[in-house]
Amino acid sequence: MSTLLEVSGVSVSFDGFRAINNLSFQIGEAELRAVIGPNGAGKTTFMDIVTGKTKPDEGRVIWGEKSVSLLKMNEAQIAQAGIGRKFQKPTVFEDQTVQENLLMALKKPRGWLAVLTYRPAGEDLDRVAELAREIGLHDALGRTSGELSHGQKQWLEIGMLLAQEPRLLLVDEPAAGMTPQEREHTTDLLLKAAETRAVVVVEHDMEFVRRLNCKVTVLHEGAVLAEGSLDHVTSNQEVIDVYLGR
Amino acid sequence: MQRSFIAKNPSVLIFLACLALFTLMVTVLSEGFGVGMISTSFVKTLGKTLCLCLIAVAMDLIWGFAGILSLGHFAFFGLGGYMIGMWLMYERTRLIVVDSLSQAEIPPTGAEVVDAIGNQIFGVVGSSEFPVIWAFADSLFLQLVLVVLVPGVLALVFGWLAFRSRVTGVYLSILTQAMTLALALYLFQNDSGLRGNNGLSGLQNLPGVEASQDVVSLWFLWASALALGLGYLLAAWVVSGKFGSVIRGIRDNEARVRFIGYSVETYKLMIFTLTACIAAIAGALYYPQAGIINPAEIAPIASIYLAVWVAIGGRGRLYGAVIGAAFVSLLSTWFTGGQAPDIPLGFYTIKWVDWWLVLLGMSFVAVTLFAPKGMGGLVDLWTQRRAPNRHGADLGPDDGALREQEARK
Repeated sequence: MSTLLEVSGVSVSFDGFRAINNLSFQIGEAELRAVIGPNGAGKTTFMDIVTGKTKPDEGRVIWGEKSVSLLKMNEAQIAQAGIGRKFQKPTVFEDQTVQENLLMALKKPRGWLAVLTYRPAGEDLDRVAELAREIGLHDALGRTSGELSHGQKQWLEIGMLLAQEPRLLLVDEPAAGMTPQEREHTTDLLLKAAETRAVVVVEHDMEFVRRLNCKVTVLHEGAVLAEGSLDHVTSNQEVIDVYLGR
Repeated sequence: MQRSFIAKNPSVLIFLACLALFTLMVTVLSEGFGVGMISTSFVKTLGKTLCLCLIAVAMDLIWGFAGILSLGHFAFFGLGGYMIGMWLMYERTRLIVVDSLSQAEIPPTGAEVVDAIGNQIFGVVGSSEFPVIWAFADSLFLQLVLVVLVPGVLALVFGWLAFRSRVTGVYLSILTQAMTLALALYLFQNDSGLRGNNGLSGLQNLPGVEASQDVVSLWFLWASALALGLGYLLAAWVVSGKFGSVIRGIRDNEARVRFIGYSVETYKLMIFTLTACIAAIAGALYYPQAGIINPAEIAPIASIYLAVWVAIGGRGRLYGAVIGAAFVSLLSTWFTGGQAPDIPLGFYTIKWVDWWLVLLGMSFVAVTLFAPKGMGGLVDLWTQRRAPNRHGADLGPDDGALREQEARK
């Protein structure tokens, strides 16, 4: 399996605090990976670095077959290269309809001129309808997304990510604040997405991670502590110390 | 879901119909072509108001839709006015000079004519040389191009610098204020080449036109109405599609738009430049009706008034901006023109010329606090587009859902 994203030897500090310390991470195409770790382990900062929000002090972030460095690109370029990101809090455009949200995210030319003259073709609307069905919002296409429930917004955001057709999906705590049924649906969505692309899920909740049933990377103090199956890492003494000890 | 542009935006058609009706009414009641119930000076006031409505549409695009509170759009408005003013003044002076020199026994050379024009125009600032920026003043076509080009390039350069550095919010507003103030101060100088604080005058006299002001004022009213109609159509088209989705997204959550893969800076720059060009065209139509332009017109306060009009009218909807600009500026004319009756309180007499600004300021605060949708919100009452009363409960089952108050916006 070829490597899609390779992060190597990355460090970043904020005001002297080392949020990420010589972190190395790899993920292949069509792989599902869970990243866990206690608060302040650097999970979100890791995502910030990959998506271009934060520039690391040192290290390399290499992307795709052509091995381009992501460090020279801005957020929009990285997103166009095929990295999608879902935030912890659901961030959809609340005063626009579900359909408008999905159309905006649909993989299409992003230049201002192309967007200005863009009018949705029939196939685009079909694609949007199909996505909406997938995320369970088919009846809500015309609704303002601000009216949706918390869980529905999370799905809409996942739907927007899928519409972008990214090759790598970074998902930050997708199950936070969801009911058990909603969690199940979310698990299905993520598993399905990981069939065709790489998905990195940052999660707190061990139950949710167990359900994803995938390789797990444990972060601690900005570096990788352990990697392997969930059973493997939870039997690791260091991991137990970090999570339960102190 | 595939419907035509007009079907999706019925307000555009209603607006254009109202505008056409208004223009027709004024024409019929005017002194130039109609029964003479409306004085020529009031026709000019109405024509100028239409220009102000056009710049309000631009302001609504940049503030109401893209969320960029620019407090410098009157700089572009003024520059547009200066550009057309240069040709008007040059050409009219040339006609006068040629006329007077034709009395001389020896016919004047071209250089003599230009010198004489320079003397006429710049004598007031103690100079007679034409500055470089007047190089194209003899060509109507080139000056018309410059009406759009000069403010457009200024907006492009300023916007590029500001947006690239990711200056947002109130800091950007301050920067735009600084820009318009700097421009005004520069133009106040006598050696700026635009006659310092005298500005350009006599712009109401169109060179080579024999028609009286009664008729000319109507021409400008029609041109202003046409420009407003086209500008409104353009703005409605821009915000109706995906571009509108993106800029509203930028207003609500800039970072998210970036992570979807849109270059936020480019979009901001484009909408900033587009609105600057619209403002410039509005200015180029306004000042020939006003007759005079001087640097005081682009003082920072002018752009702040613009934001007040749009806020009172209701931002985020184009007709709201038009209603606000028309209502507030006409009311302002009425109050400051001494037509509003004073209110004697016995111990003190409220003179509206002095108190109008206080009234305007208080209504601005009141609108912001109690009716954030502005006057345009009244339309919602009429079309019954009301949020159900949920007695403050969430619209959705969770904290993340919009609350009633937000939904009412």
